[in-house]
Amino acid sequence: MGWTKKVLRVDLTKGTCKSEPLNMKWAQEYLGQRGLATKYFIEEVDPKVDPLSPANKMIMATGPLTGTMASTGGRYSVITKGALTGAIACSNSGGYFGAEMKFAGWDMVIFEGKSPKPVYLAIEDDKAELRDAAHLWGKSVWQTEEIIKKTHQDPQTRVCSIGRAGENGVMFACIVNDLHRAAGRSGVGTVMGSKNLKAVAIRGTKGAGGIRDGKAFMKATTAAKKVLAENAVTSQGLPTYGTQVLMNVINEMGALPTRNHRDVQFEGARKISGEAMHEKRPTDGKANLVTNAACFGCTIACGRISKIDETHFSVVNKPEYWGATGGLEYEAAWALGAANGVGDLEALTYANMLCNEEGFDPITFGATVGAAMELYDLGILKQEQIGMDAPFGSAQALVKLAEMTAKGEGFGKELGLGSARLCAKYGKPELSMGVKKQEFPAYDSRGIQGMGLAYATSNRGACHLRGYTVASEVLGIPVKTDPLVTEGKADLVKAFQDATSVFDSAGVCVFTTFAWTLADLQPQLDAACEGGWSMEKLTAVGERIWNMERLFNNAAGFTAKDDDLPPRLKTEPAKTGPAKGKVNGIDKMRPEYYKARGWDDKGVPTKETLQRLGL
Amino acid sequence: MKVTLKLYAALSDHLPEQARRTNALELDLDPGTTPARVIERQKLPLKLCHLVLIDGVFIPPVERATRTLNEGETLAIWPPIAGG
Repeated sequence: MGWTKKVLRVDLTKGTCKSEPLNMKWAQEYLGQRGLATKYFIEEVDPKVDPLSPANKMIMATGPLTGTMASTGGRYSVITKGALTGAIACSNSGGYFGAEMKFAGWDMVIFEGKSPKPVYLAIEDDKAELRDAAHLWGKSVWQTEEIIKKTHQDPQTRVCSIGRAGENGVMFACIVNDLHRAAGRSGVGTVMGSKNLKAVAIRGTKGAGGIRDGKAFMKATTAAKKVLAENAVTSQGLPTYGTQVLMNVINEMGALPTRNHRDVQFEGARKISGEAMHEKRPTDGKANLVTNAACFGCTIACGRISKIDETHFSVVNKPEYWGATGGLEYEAAWALGAANGVGDLEALTYANMLCNEEGFDPITFGATVGAAMELYDLGILKQEQIGMDAPFGSAQALVKLAEMTAKGEGFGKELGLGSARLCAKYGKPELSMGVKKQEFPAYDSRGIQGMGLAYATSNRGACHLRGYTVASEVLGIPVKTDPLVTEGKADLVKAFQDATSVFDSAGVCVFTTFAWTLADLQPQLDAACEGGWSMEKLTAVGERIWNMERLFNNAAGFTAKDDDLPPRLKTEPAKTGPAKGKVNGIDKMRPEYYKARGWDDKGVPTKETLQRLGL
Repeated sequence: MKVTLKLYAALSDHLPEQARRTNALELDLDPGTTPARVIERQKLPLKLCHLVLIDGVFIPPVERATRTLNEGETLAIWPPIAGG
C-alpha cells in the first residue's frame, strides 16, 4: 500500500493530537506528499486566509515511497499558504526526518490553529503530544536539535525546527531538519513560527511496511537503482561535484544572474564554483569540501559537507563554526555570491551556515541582499540606514547582513521582508527580481528562455524546482533544446511541471530525474501502492496536481498579471555572452502555455480541462 | 591562432598542474582546427567530453568534427554533469 493510512491532526489552539484515517479516495487521485497534502489543504483552508493567521494550516507530508528502499526515498514536504508569497507553498526536504515520520506510522501531520505559548510536537510511534518549548524559544536550529535529543535521551530522534529567523518573522524562514536539510522556500518556517510551533521531534520504530507486492517492489527498486548507478550524472557528476558544478557552466552560457540581474556573467564565478571547493586553500592547505553526503536511502549523494577556513575574517574568533557541516549547493552559492557580486567562497560558506543555523532561505536572502546593494548603488539606501557600506561585491557586508537578518537586528529586519517588500518600501518595486514575491534562483531567463516561463507560471512563485527546463535547455536531459529560443518551450515547461508534480508526490528526490523518467518511477509506485499505478494514471495525477494548485492561487487572488517577469528581464538585454542583446520572450510564451494547459486567456482552467482532470 | 581551452569537473585532471586553478589553457592551433581535433590532441577521454561549448554556445556531437574554431574563441568542455 505504500501509505500508512494514518494522519495525525494537531490542534495547536486546543493542544490536542488526534489520529484519523487517510482519505484513500484522495490518495488514488493525488498519490501522496505534495499532491495529497495540497488536496487536504485546499479542502480545509480558505484561499484568502492571511498566511500568518491561526486560520492558515500547515501540513508535513510523506509520499508512498518515503522510508522505503526506493533510492532517495527520504523526502517530505511542507504544504501551507506561503508567508512570502501568499500563494500555495510546498517546500520539499531530504535528510532523515521524512523517513522517520513514516517509521512512526504517519503519512502526514496537519497543524491547525495557534498555540498560546511556544510548544514542540513529540512523536514516538503512535504516541504524539505537544510539549512546552519555552526553553527552546530563542535557540537556533542547531541548539534546538541538540537539546531535544538530549532531553529525549535518544540520538536517533529526528528533529525539524525553526531557528530565530522563524521566530522573528523573517518572511523567508525555513524549516530545517537534520541540521542542514531544509524545506527552504516561500516562508514555510515563518508560518510555523506564527503558530508558536518550535520543532517536531520524531522517533519511529515500525519501519515502512505494507508494500503491496514485496517481491515486485524489490525488483523495481533494484532496477531503478541500477539506472542511477549506470548514469554518469547520478553516479559520478553529482556525488563528486554536487550541484555546484553548474556555476561555471551557467556562467559560460551567459545565464548567471549577477549583481541583481544587471549582468549575466560573473567575473568571480570560478572562485565560488564546485571546482574551487575541491582545491586546497593557500591559507591552510585544506579544501573547503570535506566530503559528499547522502540523505536517507539515497544512492546519489550530492550533498556537500564543508569546513570553513578558520583564518577567514568571518569566523576567525568563532570556533563554533570551524567544524564540518552542510556546505554550499549551487543555488545558495549563486544567491549569496554572484547575485550580489561577492566572489569570496569562505564568506559564502559562512553565510550559508547561518542560513542553516538560524533557518532562513539562502536564495531569497542572497537575492534580497543583491536588491539592497542595488538600492545602495543608486543612492536610495544610505550607509547610515544599512549600518555599513554595502556596495556590490562586499563580502564584509554580506556576512554582517546575514548575522543581522538571523538575529532580527537593525537593517536585518528590513532584509527579512524579502526583496519585493523591501524594494516596494523604497519606491523601486521593479528592482525585486522575482515572481509572486519570491526571488529567482540561479538562472537568468534571458539566456535560458524556458526558465522565464517556468518562473512566471510556477505555482509557488519563482522557482527552479517546479519545472527544471535547464535539464533540457542546458544539459540535454532528456533531449537538448536551444536555450535562446522561445519556440516549443510552452510544451516543454508543461511537461516538466507535470512530471515534477508526480516525483514530488511519490516521496523521492527530483534529482533522480537526471537519470529516471516517469517510466522508471512507475513500476516502483505500482509495486508499492494498491490501485494500479499505470503511466497514464501518473501522467493524469501530475497534471491534476498542477491545476489544483493553480485553482487555489486563482481563488487567492492571483491573475494572469502575476504570471510575469520583472521589467528588467523584458526590456534590458543581456550585455554579454551568447544571449547578448536578448530579453526574455515571456509575452510570447505565456499564451502558448495557457493554450497547452487548456486554460483560457486569463489563465483560468476551462470547464473542459477541469472535467478531463476530475477537478 | 590562439584559442582558450577550458576543462571542468573531472576533466580538470587533464590540464597541466598550473592551469587547474583557472581551468583554462591557452592553445596555439592551426586554422581549421575543430573541437574533435582538440579533444584528440589533448588526449581527452571521449566519453567524458559530454557538454561542449564554444563561447558559451552548445556544439552538438554531430558538429564537433566540422565546426572550426576561430582566433580568440573559448572551447569549454564538461563531463556528464547536472545540478539544480
